[in-house]
Amino acid sequence: MTKLLEVQNLKTYFFTDRGVAKAVDDVSFSLDTGKTLCVVGESGCGKSVTALSIMRLIPEPPGRIVGGRILFEGTDLVALPESRMRSIRGNKISMIFQEPMTSLNPVFRVGDQIAEVLELHENMKKADAMDRAVELLRMVGIPSPESRVRDYPHQMSGGMRQRVMIAMALACNPKLIIADEPTTALDVTIQAQILELMEELSRTTGTAILLITHDLGVVAETAEHVVVMYAGRVVEEAPVRELFHDPLHPYTRGLMRSIPSMSEDDKTRLEVIPGVVPSLLALPVGCKFNDRCRHAFDRCLAEEPPLTTPKEGHSVRCWLFH
Amino acid sequence: MLSFIIRRILALIPTVFGISVLVFFMIHLVPGDPAEMMLGERASEQALKEVREQLGLDKPLHVQYGRFLSRLAQGDLGRALRTNEKITTEIAERFPATVELSIAAMIFAVTLGMLAGIMSATRQYSVFDYSSMVLSLVGVSMPIFWLGLVLMIIFSVHLGWLPLSGRLSYHIHIEPITGLYILDSLLTRNWPALKDAVWHIIMPAFTLSTIPMAIIARITRSSMLEVLRQDYIRTAKAKGLSPRVVHYKHALKNALIPVITVIGLQFGILLGGAILTETIFAWPGIGLWLLNAVYARDFNAVQGGTMLIATTFVTINMLVDILYAWINPRIKVS
Repeated sequence: MTKLLEVQNLKTYFFTDRGVAKAVDDVSFSLDTGKTLCVVGESGCGKSVTALSIMRLIPEPPGRIVGGRILFEGTDLVALPESRMRSIRGNKISMIFQEPMTSLNPVFRVGDQIAEVLELHENMKKADAMDRAVELLRMVGIPSPESRVRDYPHQMSGGMRQRVMIAMALACNPKLIIADEPTTALDVTIQAQILELMEELSRTTGTAILLITHDLGVVAETAEHVVVMYAGRVVEEAPVRELFHDPLHPYTRGLMRSIPSMSEDDKTRLEVIPGVVPSLLALPVGCKFNDRCRHAFDRCLAEEPPLTTPKEGHSVRCWLFH
Repeated sequence: MLSFIIRRILALIPTVFGISVLVFFMIHLVPGDPAEMMLGERASEQALKEVREQLGLDKPLHVQYGRFLSRLAQGDLGRALRTNEKITTEIAERFPATVELSIAAMIFAVTLGMLAGIMSATRQYSVFDYSSMVLSLVGVSMPIFWLGLVLMIIFSVHLGWLPLSGRLSYHIHIEPITGLYILDSLLTRNWPALKDAVWHIIMPAFTLSTIPMAIIARITRSSMLEVLRQDYIRTAKAKGLSPRVVHYKHALKNALIPVITVIGLQFGILLGGAILTETIFAWPGIGLWLLNAVYARDFNAVQGGTMLIATTFVTINMLVDILYAWINPRIKVS
């Protein structure tokens, strides 16, 4: 079976006055039709840039995809002319963003914003597109969609707006939805609802989801496969059960230990990973995690480890597993 | 929306009342006796007294104001002291000329200014951006009378393309309906007059438009740049929309909000009469008329003219407010 999405050695750099920021450096992963893949990492690890690279929405300048391929149904998106790319965006690949409060245009009715995609990609007439918009709003669980379709974004709550974004993303029955931290800006109960909704819709429509998050709780609930990123690189990749059962990379282990436990008798303090994500303009030599790693030894400071596969289907970028 | 519009119109009443107070009392703070102005310095005390009585100038101020207000309510601004013509008649003769010139100037300013602003913003730091912004700086700083004269020398004297001054050639006659010559000649299907009127208005309108055009271009650019950074623009791009739709539909409607304020203010200023432009191009508008009234201490004319201009200004502002609410759905709630 051919993969739906294959990212191969993707490199997206930002050329700034202070130097070249290698936001995404040699990242590879793949996603099958109808599956869910999670990309996890702290802020600034390159996960959003990866998502925007797939959409070819990197602000250019200063950013640019300088290497690698993004195969979508066998077509390399990196090499595609902008006009062909536009017919894919919002159609076969759609995107949901982190900030529901600001991601909808404040001066257009939500119905019109959904209908716009249908008119563009499906050549629908305005009236038909509006009917379909009502249907989509019902599908994402907005009550009385017939009247809500005429609302402006400011008349809706954050959770509602994110549902509208999801409706908009689903409008053209995409093969892939990229969700960049879709629940980060929402409160916890709404988060769970939105995640459930996305999971259910993915199951019923067969849409694959590339979920970008920093929240391991979200990962555990939704993903089938997980990619952990650090400083623009993939540091670990595994199926979700395997990753939670046996995290290999010291960074992933650190992330796991920083999840609060729900059990009453667990009175130990939560662990943190010391330090912060290094600046992309001043990455350490050798392993990029060496300055925050408690297991670092000589080799880590001198040489960057390659991605290896110590266990079946579980790869890691660490000298401890060589 | 309707109740919003009604509320806005009602809010005009106290404003106009306030204007009438200011206009009436401010003009009486200025030294100078209108009776003396009319009759000359050598007039006898008796003659002066008679004139003062005739004009009601001998009454206490609050009585004079009461009379002014009651006449104002009836649409009567009194007679000009210089000409003894009704002020409403004098204004009716001149104001349409100013309105027509202002509208023509704003058409230039809005279309060219906004276009330059949008194109600069979407091509930030390009040659076009730099040159249009330098040009707009020149536009705001250039003295109008100088630009007017240069245009006259080039297009009338040397090239002979455009008429030198005035609103219409002597041999052309237009049946007055609204007093706006271009509109009137269109309504009466008088094509030679239409052409003549358009030819006459191009140069003064363009001259008058330079400052508002430059201001509009700059505001449009900065407002567009601000909007283009917003998340919903990224959403629009992620939908697969072309840059044209993203810029002119999704960005522009948001960017328009501050631009409209500026357009309204500038239009209001132009309607107050462009004294310089009207003088250079011998344009028979309200600005020149009002200036002469001030020189002559023609209290009634200054009061009437200022009332009209100030009321027009606040009315334009009210229209801008309504336009706001129409463009920006968030305003209606508050």
